[in-house]
Amino acid sequence: MGIIKTKDLIFEYIRRDEEGNVEGITRAVDNVSLKIEQGDFVAVLGHNGSGKSTLAKHLNAILYPTEGTVWVDGKDTSDDDKLWEIRQTAGMVFQNPDNQIIGQVVEEDVGFGPENLGVPTKEIWERVEESLKAVGMYEFRKHSPNKLSGGQKQRVSIAGVIAMHPKCIVLDEPTAMLDPKGRKEVIRAVRALNDVERITVILITHYMEEIIYADKVFVMDNGTVAMEGTPREIFSQVEKLKELRLDVPQVTLLAHELKQGGLDLPDGILTKEELVDALMKLKK
Amino acid sequence: MSIILDHVNYIYEEDTTMAYPALTDVNLVIPDGQFIGLIGHTGSGKSTLVQHLNGLLKPTSGAIYYNGADINDEGYDKKLLRSKVGLVFQYPEHQLFEVDVFSDVCFGPKNLGLDKKEIQLRAYAALKQVGIADEYFYQSPFDLSGGQKRRVAIAGVLAMKPEVLILDEPTAGLDPKGRDEILDQIAKLREETGMTVILVSHSMEDVAKYVDRLIVMNKSRVVFDDTPAAVFAHYEELEQIGLAAPQITYIMQALREKGLSVDTGITTVTEAKEAILKALRG
Ligand SMILES: Nc1ncnc2c1ncn2[C@@H]1O[C@H](COP(=O)(O)OP(=O)(O)O)[C@@H](O)[C@H]1O
Ligand SMILES: Nc1ncnc2c1ncn2[C@@H]1O[C@H](COP(=O)(O)OP(=O)(O)O)[C@@H](O)[C@H]1O
Ligand SMILES: [Mg+2]
Ligand SMILES: [Mg+2]
Repeated sequence: MGIIKTKDLIFEYIRRDEEGNVEGITRAVDNVSLKIEQGDFVAVLGHNGSGKSTLAKHLNAILYPTEGTVWVDGKDTSDDDKLWEIRQTAGMVFQNPDNQIIGQVVEEDVGFGPENLGVPTKEIWERVEESLKAVGMYEFRKHSPNKLSGGQKQRVSIAGVIAMHPKCIVLDEPTAMLDPKGRKEVIRAVRALNDVERITVILITHYMEEIIYADKVFVMDNGTVAMEGTPREIFSQVEKLKELRLDVPQVTLLAHELKQGGLDLPDGILTKEELVDALMKLKK
Repeated sequence: MSIILDHVNYIYEEDTTMAYPALTDVNLVIPDGQFIGLIGHTGSGKSTLVQHLNGLLKPTSGAIYYNGADINDEGYDKKLLRSKVGLVFQYPEHQLFEVDVFSDVCFGPKNLGLDKKEIQLRAYAALKQVGIADEYFYQSPFDLSGGQKRRVAIAGVLAMKPEVLILDEPTAGLDPKGRDEILDQIAKLREETGMTVILVSHSMEDVAKYVDRLIVMNKSRVVFDDTPAAVFAHYEELEQIGLAAPQITYIMQALREKGLSVDTGITTVTEAKEAILKALRG
């Protein structure tokens, strides 16, 4: 069984009026069954309102299924006794860099998680050090978080999560508010966690270029999983993605346009290097 | 007619130990009708700069002229200025508050003291301009999608009939289609009305596609101010200040290095397609 598994997952937001009568129901996740393997880098795409955040919040038991089941590392998330184990197994990072950090000093903030878990003091410091090193923020350990850039703050948030030694980290649009450098820093840190520490990564994003190295991509549409495959399989379907209000990386789009312009190029080119190689072959 | 910034400096919390210079010697001339992109790392001063243009912030020193008049002179009508220089804040949907979409868009023109008929006509026109269909007019703004909320907030500013429209990161957090829709609508509006548009953005690809002038800020200063192609030719310097060239530009450079004769100043997919097809077919 994978690190994450959902079966026939349904989640409905229920709106009630002042008397408590049901005013409206939004089915945000609609019959999702998926499996994520330990150690994979998984991307979740989908238009605004497609259900990505709602799904993500099920993976560390912030929300519970209306119907169906979610297992994290084999534990059913609706089992209250397992709540803390689940939260520790799957950590979460959100979009806004400014409201996830509570400590006055970077290292203190990163230490909060393990401290709450009751980890012995000496080990807390070891974890803080290794986590900050893993995201390239160790030299800022004595800094005040308010003085950091958005990308640096997000990496501190990520360090705070990995200090809890999770098997899995869920990032919900962590780069949406960042400048290009901040985006790059965060993605580099996340990829390193996956490559080096073998932490399972679930990355939600609207930036297509960020996920070309993912092992697997899920595309959501109106609460359901509309597409599932490798980045190459997914990004080969330019028109379908556009219908789902998405896009492909600019490299892929250019390759697609050139193909339509009559060049003999393979589908689903993902990197600059692939495109340049393919074009130079045509030149000969 | 124009906006002129003359040696503008701005310091947050001046006279305290927290004093922080957010604008340093900014000089700009913004003639009517330009489509301008404003880029820079987080904290470089972009939001501070645009809040000076409609008089929300007052320079610590230096002056800002709108159509020849110093906007910080005593007696200058700031309220009128704010309707002429419309600013859409970052995450403007957090500022929607009326019971329905239509009332929300009426708020600005109502504040200008226009008569009821005119207010409603303007709100209607503005909602149409941003592509919000009639069926949403009497819904609560909170029931709309992220992209729709953003567009309602933009309509609220458009309803004041601004001569200058400033958008502070209008596409942050939107899905790719939502990004394109908003920017396409703004480009179309600008063509129709001739208004000046200033777009603050973190997407190099978006500014490359839409604007005809690009202003780059770094640590409170304007460091480049030119056409996008000319600015992106400095990609190495841009990288040093937390920015980059559009992805397409890097592809063109790589092709050029391998001996394909293409222009490395190209920044968009459309231009790149043409250039590559031409280079390969001779
Ligand atoms: N707290 C909430 N109350 C009611 N409806 C919500 C709430 N959060 C999200 N929704 C609705 O659920 C659907 C899915 O939203 P969400 O999971 O946030 O999508 P995404 O993260 O893909 O943008 C949308 O229709 C949204 O309006
Ligand atoms: N209200 C404020 N008080 C003190 N400093 C501020 C305030 N607003 C912004 N700053 C600082 O001014 C600098 C420029 O900020 P801002 O104009 O928001 O930059 P940008 O929009 O380019 O991200 C930043 O270092 C920021 O921390
Ligand atoms: Mg979301
Ligand atoms: Mg800003």
